[in-house]
Amino acid sequence: MNVAEAKRMNVAHHFDDWEQQYESCVLGMWVFIVTEVMFFGGVFAIYMVYRVNYPDAFAQASRQLDETLGTFNTFALLSSSLTMALAVRAAHLGRSRQAGLLIVLTMILGTLFLGVKFYEYHHKYEQGLMPLLGLPLNFNGPAEELGPTRLFYGLYFVMTGIHAVHMILGIAILALFISPALRGRYDGGNFLSVEIVGLYWHFVDLVWIFLFPLLYLVDRSH
Amino acid sequence: MNTEFELFPESASTAAPAVDRLTLFMVGLSLLLTLVVAALVIYFAVKYRRNNRVDRTQLPTSIRMELTWMIVSLPILMFIFVWGAKVCFFLVRPPAGTMPITVVPKQWMWKFQHASGRREIDVLHVPVNQPVRLTMISQDVIHSLYVPAFRVKQDVLPGRYTALWFEATEPGEYRLNCAEYCGTNHSRMIGRVIAQSPGDFAEWLAGGGGDEPPEMTGAKLFEQYQCATCHQAGSVQSRGPVLEDIYMTPIALADGGSAIADDAYLRESILRPAAKVVAGYEPIMPPFEGQVDEEAVLHLIAYIKSLDGASESPPSNGGEQP
Amino acid sequence: MSTVAEPKPISAALPEGQPRNYLNTSYTVKSWLFTVDHKRIAILYLLGVTLFFFLGGAAAVLFRLELMTPQADLVESETYNKLFTLHGIIMIFFFLVPSIPAVLGNFLLPLMIGARDLAFPRLNLLSWYLFMIGGVFTLYVTVAGGVDTGWTFYTPYSSTYSNTYVMATAVGIFITGFSSILTGLNFIVTTHKMRAPGLTWFRLPLFVWAHYATSLIFVLGTPVLAITLLLVALERGLGIGIFDPKLGGDPILFQHLFWFYSHPAVYIMVLPAMGVQSEIIAAFSRNRIFGYRFVAYASLAIAVLGFLVWGHHMFVSGQSLYAGMIFSILSLLIAIPSAIKVFNWTATLHRGSITFQTPMLYALGFIGLFTVGGLTGLFLSAMGIDVHVHDTYFVVAHFHYIMVGSAVMAYLGGIHYWWPKMTGRMYPEGWGRFSAVLVFVGFNLTFFPQFILGYLGMPRRYHVYDDGFQVLNVMSSAGASILGIAYLFPFTYLLWSLKYGKRASANPWNAVGLEWTTPSPPPKHNFAQTPIVTWEAYEYPCSNPDEVPSVDNE
Repeated sequence: MNVAEAKRMNVAHHFDDWEQQYESCVLGMWVFIVTEVMFFGGVFAIYMVYRVNYPDAFAQASRQLDETLGTFNTFALLSSSLTMALAVRAAHLGRSRQAGLLIVLTMILGTLFLGVKFYEYHHKYEQGLMPLLGLPLNFNGPAEELGPTRLFYGLYFVMTGIHAVHMILGIAILALFISPALRGRYDGGNFLSVEIVGLYWHFVDLVWIFLFPLLYLVDRSH
Repeated sequence: MNTEFELFPESASTAAPAVDRLTLFMVGLSLLLTLVVAALVIYFAVKYRRNNRVDRTQLPTSIRMELTWMIVSLPILMFIFVWGAKVCFFLVRPPAGTMPITVVPKQWMWKFQHASGRREIDVLHVPVNQPVRLTMISQDVIHSLYVPAFRVKQDVLPGRYTALWFEATEPGEYRLNCAEYCGTNHSRMIGRVIAQSPGDFAEWLAGGGGDEPPEMTGAKLFEQYQCATCHQAGSVQSRGPVLEDIYMTPIALADGGSAIADDAYLRESILRPAAKVVAGYEPIMPPFEGQVDEEAVLHLIAYIKSLDGASESPPSNGGEQP
Repeated sequence: MSTVAEPKPISAALPEGQPRNYLNTSYTVKSWLFTVDHKRIAILYLLGVTLFFFLGGAAAVLFRLELMTPQADLVESETYNKLFTLHGIIMIFFFLVPSIPAVLGNFLLPLMIGARDLAFPRLNLLSWYLFMIGGVFTLYVTVAGGVDTGWTFYTPYSSTYSNTYVMATAVGIFITGFSSILTGLNFIVTTHKMRAPGLTWFRLPLFVWAHYATSLIFVLGTPVLAITLLLVALERGLGIGIFDPKLGGDPILFQHLFWFYSHPAVYIMVLPAMGVQSEIIAAFSRNRIFGYRFVAYASLAIAVLGFLVWGHHMFVSGQSLYAGMIFSILSLLIAIPSAIKVFNWTATLHRGSITFQTPMLYALGFIGLFTVGGLTGLFLSAMGIDVHVHDTYFVVAHFHYIMVGSAVMAYLGGIHYWWPKMTGRMYPEGWGRFSAVLVFVGFNLTFFPQFILGYLGMPRRYHVYDDGFQVLNVMSSAGASILGIAYLFPFTYLLWSLKYGKRASANPWNAVGLEWTTPSPPPKHNFAQTPIVTWEAYEYPCSNPDEVPSVDNE
């Protein structure tokens, strides 16, 4: 099966040709990413307002987060972006099996991230730094910073939680690609869907690149 | 009060005629434009109906016409903006010499307290021809104080002072509403403003009986919470700043900034003292958040105010402006 | 153009001589619930929004009845509050927002641009399911006991104080929001990538322009509402404290985020209505739209400016006076593109050849009601007046002139105009005209008195009110009952027409536009061959002085 034929075979009925389908799908994913930017933008805006209002409480609370684990996770995610990019490249080159293996690697790195994240959550719970569902907050700073500190942890869990949901969805979607990839579905220029999921994955990584400094590195100079 | 059918609201404050003038201008403008549009639509619809024998030669789209339309409407819109902003400035900027009243609403009642200490619930007595300034803070959800006859309205927020001023011009009884939806009995969170001649008002105010002035309640609270241990005038090794003559004065802060000791600052410094510590003092004061309610905070502020040599009414820029 | 072989599943025997179309290719329930045909999905949406329209309308009828008297006599305050909340939530999120885009837009956008479907047909079906799942949440809330926060969900009332089903409602709207987002995404990509050869941007029908602008708001605004409501739900569920002043949270922040979506949402409702308006006015005055480019750009200008004016809902909320001034100026400026549209529609009538079928009656009514709604918007943008009328019936009347007087009028006009295309049947013209006039009369009687009530100072969301307001309230309630009946007429005769209506030709209005080049109803894949467009938009014969005599003896 040559490339041109493979392309023709994979055009949905309502598109005129492969190029139109390709451009539409890529544009669609970008529009979706814009939507996601606005979605995260809302909670980032709230975060910024409170950080400006309560700089000390936020700096103090941020120091309680484990920056080592955060840094480790940042590397895990960046590596997963690399493997994802390589998977897209493999699909472009028509190396379906290779793409499949790289996708598996991406999923492993993503799962590693989630595992560490879960460990962090658990640790925060044990430390009494998870003031959700009426759980107590283990806090011995000045009493007037109690509220803002709770806000910080609330935002921490909401922001990383929403991000984690995106990660879980991403991993689930990637899982759908493994079997077709190993069966050679992406030989012969049929790289569109891999490229699309790659865009999504990079976006989710990018969100973390903003989350990490905003949450973990507020004020580490002390 | 409005028990009679009417088409235009009664007007009983200095603000009302200013708002009404702008409204009437807008009504006139809108009527004119609506009539022009309606007349054109009807005229075209009749003249160019299918079976009529008329010239239907098309005219090209005229960019000049479109631009003219835009350029003509722009100054009209700006005129409306300037006028509207002017009226709004009048509504939110109180003149000097206002009479202070504090308002602490909660679901679903309005609690007022006059400077003399006299308290009222759901009824507010005010003198005519005397600007009155309400300092308001909510005990629970957002409410909004609205007196239609005065054309004034201001949301009352939890955790933050807002202010409203008006000057009644006609003695009488006026409706007072909560305008921001606040739960089940929102529509019953209503009251009356009773505007009286200054003489009648003074008489009413004097008849208060047991209500003690807010600064006296504040003084008792000051004692009860042992504030004087640290905030004592004349004491050399005072651990807290002296409170005499600080109201509405600039304060140098420990972090190098400065603040005006207005209602909002004093409230914050009572509830969350470490937020803005005065320069030269240690942040040792315990926060009173959750220990004193909003009325008590207002009493303490009144007490601090009363420590001024010559107590004045709050300057026009005090507190949170809407 | 296309080399793709069309699958031809034959699952139903057709009567003699009846061509195969999207409706009669298959009759099974499954073929509807799993359809990816944009036309069938539009019909699914039509069923959904009609259901919600009458549900929201029933709530309105109930509280309008209650408001006949100043006292509480029909329902308790709690019930009253739940009724207006339900009315607002259903009408806005489950009727007005999806009505024109998801029904008419879904059906017509591919037809108008010469495409066989939207770019992402399966995503389109997912949109409908998300819409219905959100709707089920709302229905559950209704049955379970209701929600009483008002559709605005102001904190801290919604986040801390209300004891009703706020979380389920917020989740329902959150889910429905994604239906809007996916629809917007689909429209944007389709408009960019699926236009027929020769169909340049400035040959597009203004309906497409309007939907493109609307889609931008869907995509940019809706996610902000989604996160905001998610946070309200999380605040109630987990106790984060983001909007709780006791923890240092700021309840006003909610209002900023909420209106950042919910003001543009007004344009989500009215922009598609303007698109419908342009099509109808052009078709029934047999004239090209005067100032086409200005109308097209005005849609984009409204979409963009719409994101910059949210603060005009907060003049008395405690935001700074200077912020208020900026929002006031921008809100007034948005009048310019809106006025351009009214001006150009009126100018389109000039030297047209006008007939007065039902869609045109709705369109002419739209011009009047939109003018009143827009001009009263200027009252509200002028800060001095807004302080007095904010949160009164004046505001209620104003936005109903825009959302009902304009958006619903256009929706009904559009349904009538494209009914032959959608169903292959003509509606009864006499009943149509009668209902259109009745809607216009009922609407004005309902809402005009509310302007006066508002200026008199009757706050909105009031269950009991002063005796002096009763006369105007009775007028309004009387109008509401006329309006309610007027809405039942089209519902009835349109259903009737499905079976008994005259069969429609491909182009019963002699209108131009690609959708009219297909048979009525259109075949499953719209166009046997991708059309090649060589003409400008709205090239009505009248536009060409050589072709049309100045007197038309038709």
